[in-house]
Amino acid sequence: MKGRILLLTLSAVLAVTSFTACSKNDGKEKSDDGKVTITNVSYDPTRELYAAYNKVFAKHWKEKSGQDVEVTQSHGGSGKQALEVANGLEADVVTLALEYDVKEVENAGLIDEGWVDEFDKDSSPYTSTIVFLVRKGNPKNIKDWDDLIKDDVGIITPNPKTSGGARWNYLAAWAYAQKLYNNDEEKVKEFVKKLYQNVLVLDSGARGATTTFVENGQGDVLLAWENEAYLSLQDYPDDYEIVTPSISILAQPSVAIVDEVVDDRGTRDVATEYLSYLYSDEAQRIAGDNFYRPSNETILQEYKDVFNLDINLVTIDDFGGWDEAQKKHFADGGVFDQIYEGQS
Amino acid sequence: MHENKIGSRFVKWLLICVSILFIFLMLVLPLITVISEAFRSGWETYKQAVTDEYTIKAALLTVEATLFAVIINTIFGVFAAWTITKFHFKGKKLLTTLIDIPVTVSPIIAGLIYVLTFGRQSFLYPYLKELDIDIVFAIPGIVLATIFVTFPFISRELIPVLEAQGTDEEEAAALMGARGTTIFRRITFPHIKWAFLYGIVLCTARAMGEFGAVSVLSGHLRGKTNTLPLHVEILFNEFKYVPAFAVSSILVMMAIIILVIRSVVEYIGKKET
Amino acid sequence: MKKVNKRVIPGFGLSMGVTLSLLSIIVIIPLASLVVFTSQMSLSDILKTITRDRVVASFEVSFLTAFIASAINAVMGVVLAWVLVRYDFPFKRIVDGMIELPFALPTAVAGIALTSLTSDQGIIGKFFAKFGIKIAYTRIGIVVALVFIGIPFVVRSVQPVLEKLDGSFEEAAGVMGASRARIFRKVIFPEIRPAVFTGFGLALGRCIGEYGSVVFIAGNMPFKTEITPLIIMSELQEYDYASATAIALVMLLFAFLLLFAVNLIQSRNAKILKGG
Repeated sequence: MKGRILLLTLSAVLAVTSFTACSKNDGKEKSDDGKVTITNVSYDPTRELYAAYNKVFAKHWKEKSGQDVEVTQSHGGSGKQALEVANGLEADVVTLALEYDVKEVENAGLIDEGWVDEFDKDSSPYTSTIVFLVRKGNPKNIKDWDDLIKDDVGIITPNPKTSGGARWNYLAAWAYAQKLYNNDEEKVKEFVKKLYQNVLVLDSGARGATTTFVENGQGDVLLAWENEAYLSLQDYPDDYEIVTPSISILAQPSVAIVDEVVDDRGTRDVATEYLSYLYSDEAQRIAGDNFYRPSNETILQEYKDVFNLDINLVTIDDFGGWDEAQKKHFADGGVFDQIYEGQS
Repeated sequence: MHENKIGSRFVKWLLICVSILFIFLMLVLPLITVISEAFRSGWETYKQAVTDEYTIKAALLTVEATLFAVIINTIFGVFAAWTITKFHFKGKKLLTTLIDIPVTVSPIIAGLIYVLTFGRQSFLYPYLKELDIDIVFAIPGIVLATIFVTFPFISRELIPVLEAQGTDEEEAAALMGARGTTIFRRITFPHIKWAFLYGIVLCTARAMGEFGAVSVLSGHLRGKTNTLPLHVEILFNEFKYVPAFAVSSILVMMAIIILVIRSVVEYIGKKET
Repeated sequence: MKKVNKRVIPGFGLSMGVTLSLLSIIVIIPLASLVVFTSQMSLSDILKTITRDRVVASFEVSFLTAFIASAINAVMGVVLAWVLVRYDFPFKRIVDGMIELPFALPTAVAGIALTSLTSDQGIIGKFFAKFGIKIAYTRIGIVVALVFIGIPFVVRSVQPVLEKLDGSFEEAAGVMGASRARIFRKVIFPEIRPAVFTGFGLALGRCIGEYGSVVFIAGNMPFKTEITPLIIMSELQEYDYASATAIALVMLLFAFLLLFAVNLIQSRNAKILKGG
């Protein structure tokens, strides 16, 4: 009996040590003097944007401080990325799809309060909005939100509960209905409900929705972020067109420094410069080239042929901020759940 | 007897046709789709996607994680199957059930439990930090997740065979004074050879393709913690439809290579006996 | 007899030790943290979470489609294993080699490929659309994806057993004049039954938890084609760890009971086989 217990413990110890041994050799790389590495945790469709920006920034930082900088990128669903940072993914900066996600990192104690005002324009160096992508020639003649609730229109949009980006889609529709019905809450709800009843496929993410619409030919209209709609248009210029509705929402991706990590790694200076240089003319143009609306008004005007600047944009503040919107619309039992309740 | 033969031939070909039709619809067509999508924009795009720096790094990481998973699970599988089939003890069914659990756990949950155990919210986190050990959002996390999802594969292949075989031969050998290792090598192993091979192939294939659990644990650090399936996901999410399929085709090819190796081993082995 | 067993064959302590310690590190401890996390919620909260209409509907979708898909796989798995072991035909090696491919393909890729085949624009989807059957974006689509995911389980559990089973039994039975169906039912099936159950159980478990491929083909409409793992994902997206883990725990419990039942059946069978 004793022998057995001994063997048991022995093998347990063996297994543990062999495991930690394999994790050890993967320890943190310490930055030597000449070079610094920072990690930027971002969301999905910003890869091109940051691939271009990282090069520009590396040059800028070298000139400024004489140091080489390497930026490691991480992309994924915005909410999931926020969650991972909150769970210990070592990000020096986060550049996510919505303020709400950055707030979650703040709630986990990694980002100090007041980050929203740390950089210009609520810490949103570039913005976007929600537009419609329709098939060439616009066969269903979709011009504005009220065309979407017609019986024969099939809509593709991601699920706002699983896709942070898709919450903007929902809120944009809500904003339109609010104006249409003069804030009559019941009618607004009815409108949004009708709209979601026309949704054929509720994909879990923006890219899945685009595939459903573009590759598998489902539905008549895709509700998409402007920059993503332009990317689809770039791939298939002859098959689709973009329709800008009369009202939409100003989608503000947020950027922030992850205080706990930069203090731990001693990278605050470079991280701060990384985010503030996003507001430089050079970086703003990179954003514009990647179909994000530059937050710098002058540079935005340079892109007036690309973007429809006449669109009436509401902001999240019209919904009382993200906490309010989240609680009312997307939390369990919220308005979005009610839309689907009682039908099966 | 003659009549019986014609009947049996009919059944034989019926079954073969059903099988081939099933395989064609369920496996071949999806594969053709993957390959044809991969080459939709021509060879150049394909080559570019496949030889991309990050693709190669992801491939290497996938191989590493797979190797770890196969080694650990082989050790575990052999010991577990031996314990379960050769001995009687209380709680055996509980043990077998616990071993099977990882297959039935949703990959998302699989990732989540490691995040809860080793992540920033865990009470272990400060200690790990102190020791400078990164588990979640680093390579060990990926390896752990891969081991987890393929955990029962080898033991599961071995157990039915060993069970069918019974313990008589081993008992006889033991009574004649043979050592444990000798019994295993000379008596047990020949019986489980093929099941063992299936198990390893199954484990390797699944380890290479694992996505959900690894995705939760990886952090998606480009060039550092991206495996091939994650790289596919990222490409896909970045509106790079064709390159995503091109990278998937690497996985298909890796799988084919393993399956060819298996066939060769099997062929040689069966010829000998 | 049973008591003696333990002592006769050596190596119990070592093999049990290795088995248990690896099991603890990889499976038990992490799973325990799930339980710990859920226990922060009060029981009534947990009940409220898991009995929400939408969650219950998703359980129904997940379990039903997983069960159908695994049943299809159990039947096809036995047929495939039988064909591969007993018959010779052209391309047999290739067919044999392909069985594991569903594992190697990332599930998301499989989902996307299957969706493009079975949507009403795809090759298979077009054919079925003629009969008014929609595959992609319905529960049928979910079943298709799950069948794909689960193919290797039953085939690869049954195959080794069939291989070990030599033909002499059946020949003897055949000589004695038993019909083929009877031979299969009375001689072969009892031998492979535990393996079929194992494969079925594993496939079912895997299918219930499957996420990557299903989200692309399902359409994800609440109450119709929304699977439980998707609900868990949306809870996580809302940073609602507690709800997510509570729902996860229900799935886990179900998986555990299911496997336990399968193992019970299997060990009973093994006993019958050995005449004990």
